[in-house]
Amino acid sequence: MSVIIDRRLNERNKSAGNRARFMRRYKKQIRRAVSERIGERSIRDMATGGEVDIPASDISEPRWRHGEGGEREIVLPGNREFESGDRLKRPQGQGGGGGSGEGGEGDGDEDNFTFALSRDEFMEIFFDDLELPHLLRTEAGDITEPAYERAGYTRDGAPVNLSVVRTMQQALGRRIALSGAARRRVAELERLQAGDGTVGTDEADEADVAALDDATTVELEALRSRIARVPFLDEIDLRYRHRVQVPKPVSRAVMFCLMDVSASMDEHRKDLAKRFFTLLYLFLSRKYERVEIVFIRHTDDAEEVDEETFFHDRKTGGTVVLSALTLMHEIMRERFPKDSWNIYGAQASDGDAFGVDPERSRVFLEESLIPGLRHFAYIEVCERPERHRSTLSSAYARIDDERFAMREVNERRDIYPVFRELFTARAKRVPA
Amino acid sequence: MSRATSYLSNGQDWTFELLTDYDRAIRQIAVDEFGLDCYPNQIEVIASEQMLDAYASVGLPISYHHWSFGKAFISHEQSYRRGAQGLAYEIVINSDPCIAYLMEENSLPMQALVIAHACYGHNSFFKGNYLFRQWTDADAIVDYMVFARNYVAECEERFGIGAVEAMLDACHALQEFGVSRYHRPAPLSAADELLRQREREEGARQRHDELWRTVPAAADVDDAVAPRVFPEEPEENILYFVEKNSPSLAPWQRELVRIVRKLAQYFYPQGQTKVMNEGWATFWHYTILNRLYDKRQVDDGFMLEVLASHTNVVAQRGFDERGYGGINPYALGFAMFTDIRRICEAPTDEDREWFPAIAGSDWRETLDTAMRQYKDESFINQFLSPKLIRDFRLFAIGDDAGRPFLEVDSIHNEAGYRRVRRLLSTQYDRDGLMPDIEVVRFDRDRSRSLTLRHRQHRGKPLGSEGKKVLWHLQRLWGFDVKLESVDENGEVVSVASAGSGGPST
Repeated sequence: MSVIIDRRLNERNKSAGNRARFMRRYKKQIRRAVSERIGERSIRDMATGGEVDIPASDISEPRWRHGEGGEREIVLPGNREFESGDRLKRPQGQGGGGGSGEGGEGDGDEDNFTFALSRDEFMEIFFDDLELPHLLRTEAGDITEPAYERAGYTRDGAPVNLSVVRTMQQALGRRIALSGAARRRVAELERLQAGDGTVGTDEADEADVAALDDATTVELEALRSRIARVPFLDEIDLRYRHRVQVPKPVSRAVMFCLMDVSASMDEHRKDLAKRFFTLLYLFLSRKYERVEIVFIRHTDDAEEVDEETFFHDRKTGGTVVLSALTLMHEIMRERFPKDSWNIYGAQASDGDAFGVDPERSRVFLEESLIPGLRHFAYIEVCERPERHRSTLSSAYARIDDERFAMREVNERRDIYPVFRELFTARAKRVPA
Repeated sequence: MSRATSYLSNGQDWTFELLTDYDRAIRQIAVDEFGLDCYPNQIEVIASEQMLDAYASVGLPISYHHWSFGKAFISHEQSYRRGAQGLAYEIVINSDPCIAYLMEENSLPMQALVIAHACYGHNSFFKGNYLFRQWTDADAIVDYMVFARNYVAECEERFGIGAVEAMLDACHALQEFGVSRYHRPAPLSAADELLRQREREEGARQRHDELWRTVPAAADVDDAVAPRVFPEEPEENILYFVEKNSPSLAPWQRELVRIVRKLAQYFYPQGQTKVMNEGWATFWHYTILNRLYDKRQVDDGFMLEVLASHTNVVAQRGFDERGYGGINPYALGFAMFTDIRRICEAPTDEDREWFPAIAGSDWRETLDTAMRQYKDESFINQFLSPKLIRDFRLFAIGDDAGRPFLEVDSIHNEAGYRRVRRLLSTQYDRDGLMPDIEVVRFDRDRSRSLTLRHRQHRGKPLGSEGKKVLWHLQRLWGFDVKLESVDENGEVVSVASAGSGGPST
């Protein structure tokens, strides 16, 4: 006889261990794939996890098999026109003429092995090197906002907060305390009365009994009226849920991306900047529930734009850094009051600024902007091998505030380290 | 047959009561009417995620952890999520009791089909076929896998995930060469395994003597005796040889080799009987469910759904059609068993000439014998009829790397039947699929190097990954490993050695 078993409620994720081992083994490849993704996706999409490809040849499991070459026959179904002895051209794409040296190369265009990463996995791999979350959690303070939290019960409060269960508990206790003894006595007397009816046989005592009976009745009545006077619910029973205000960290942040889009910022530099902004965004979205992004681009004039325009649209003009900083300040004042938002700023530029602009920008940044920010990072995307300072960075270098950091980025591979430095090396910051 | 005219159910949705009813009805037909001999059934209903899990552990209900199973899981999951691949309706495990997984998403007719297919078709095949009887222990496999899983986990804890993974990688690469084809392996027993493994460790511990480490290495002792060739006979089971003779493996490593080897042995018959096994199960679900219909226990709608699914399963596309994926074992197997029944029941003159022994015989007996005593290669060689060769329009192509063209070797005509049949049968032979590689020399007394011989079959060289496998073998062996390729006259064509370094990962 067969046994039928419902196993649907059994553990579902039996392969999790195997999957984890796979991830562990191919960490390097997966990390590479993840970092390649950065170039392709928009900043906001980055935090959703997603599919990554790793080359199938990397994860193949080698086996001994017959190679190309030699003699063989193959039986196939579905013949329509062939007769024995027919000669056919060798189909292409089967490794060619059977040369033995080609096998390895031919595997190169094999399909990629694609798989999906969850958002958490994606982030974890992304920040694997950086070990940032911990650092920032301790270093950058949080903005708090009062929030209500439950804190037991009180005797007075608004009717909406009445806790019925608590109140009834109190009432019950009070009723027992005030009428318990009386009730016990009532029960006793009632038993006595009922008992008398059957036990009372002695005629001599009859008068006594009658007198006693009267006394009992009187007492009973007194007791009953006393019990009746204890109210079912009294004002002192009422209990209200208590709430207190506690400061809670605000779990929303806004990130300002400022970029110089004047002619000297070419695609390469924009790409570097984008990578940096992406990192910052991912990083913040790990920490905060909600992260807004404001894109501000500037030439000699600043404007707020959407992401697409920010990274891909061209605009010509001079360079006035201050315009962007002022705009940021305005937007902050209008939309993101600093006591309810965690505000981060990131600025990317090639550092070319002219005249009084760098100095005025520094003053504005240091005196007006930074006091309202959690952190402001400036990266200079430059390609000059000789290490002479740009005008903007020499001005910025004089800012002395632990919420400000600046670094130079030359190549893609610098992004991670620079990002890490920006957030970790604040204590021992040396003039760049 | 008191309920002969009452339908067991109507509608699509299954319940556990209905499954029991269907199982009983199917059992009545399969066992009482057709005399199938089965293990008891354990039918387990699972969800699709669990089916994916089961896929990844190659169908076993439990297995040790390894990244390659994770890889399989991810790729199945990925293609399932994308809708590129449906899940199998069932997985059935060669164990006693025979465990079959049914997916909860299946409709009632599908569940019935699966019960007939797996719980009575595959089940009776597992119990009856000689390869399974000889090479696997249906009653011990689940216990053994529990042992293996725990043992591997314990090793990971003691020696690190990385070290265990490296061992398993190496063993998996040689998995197919961990099979003994000519003598029956000792029966599996998890308890014995545990005991044996403890003894092995204990022995190593007791033999260990600090003093030996202080003895200076002997300065090349001249052996008076000429070094004997070892092993005396070439050994085809490479993993077995490694487990017993590797000069460098620690006891736990030998144990892992053994686990992979035992598992390979367990799966060996499955690879040899794909066509027969699927054909047999398909034949029986078709026959049983039709009988159920004839007995009026199921309605027309039920049968239509069953037939639609059955037709998909046994579809065979031509070699030049889109979606051609080789010869469909369900199609070929089903056609062959159906054809044998036809030859028994209504033989033509051609059948009498080709199959004098079975034409007109009792079909149930003939089918039973075929199921018990053959594997794919011999089954096809014995029973593929000219009619089927015509129906499938089978033809053979000769591919000789020395010539610039392919030649049609033979087709489905009078002159070609025998040759097509023989060629198809060798296509299912293990030697046709797997290169012939054996251990021929272990230089025990000097370099400790190991020499393997690859006997090239009709000039076919080893595939491009051969070197990587050799590298894995070297890791197991610990000393030099050489692979000689010889042609059919025994002349050495090439010699490969693993060399230093290894796979990039």
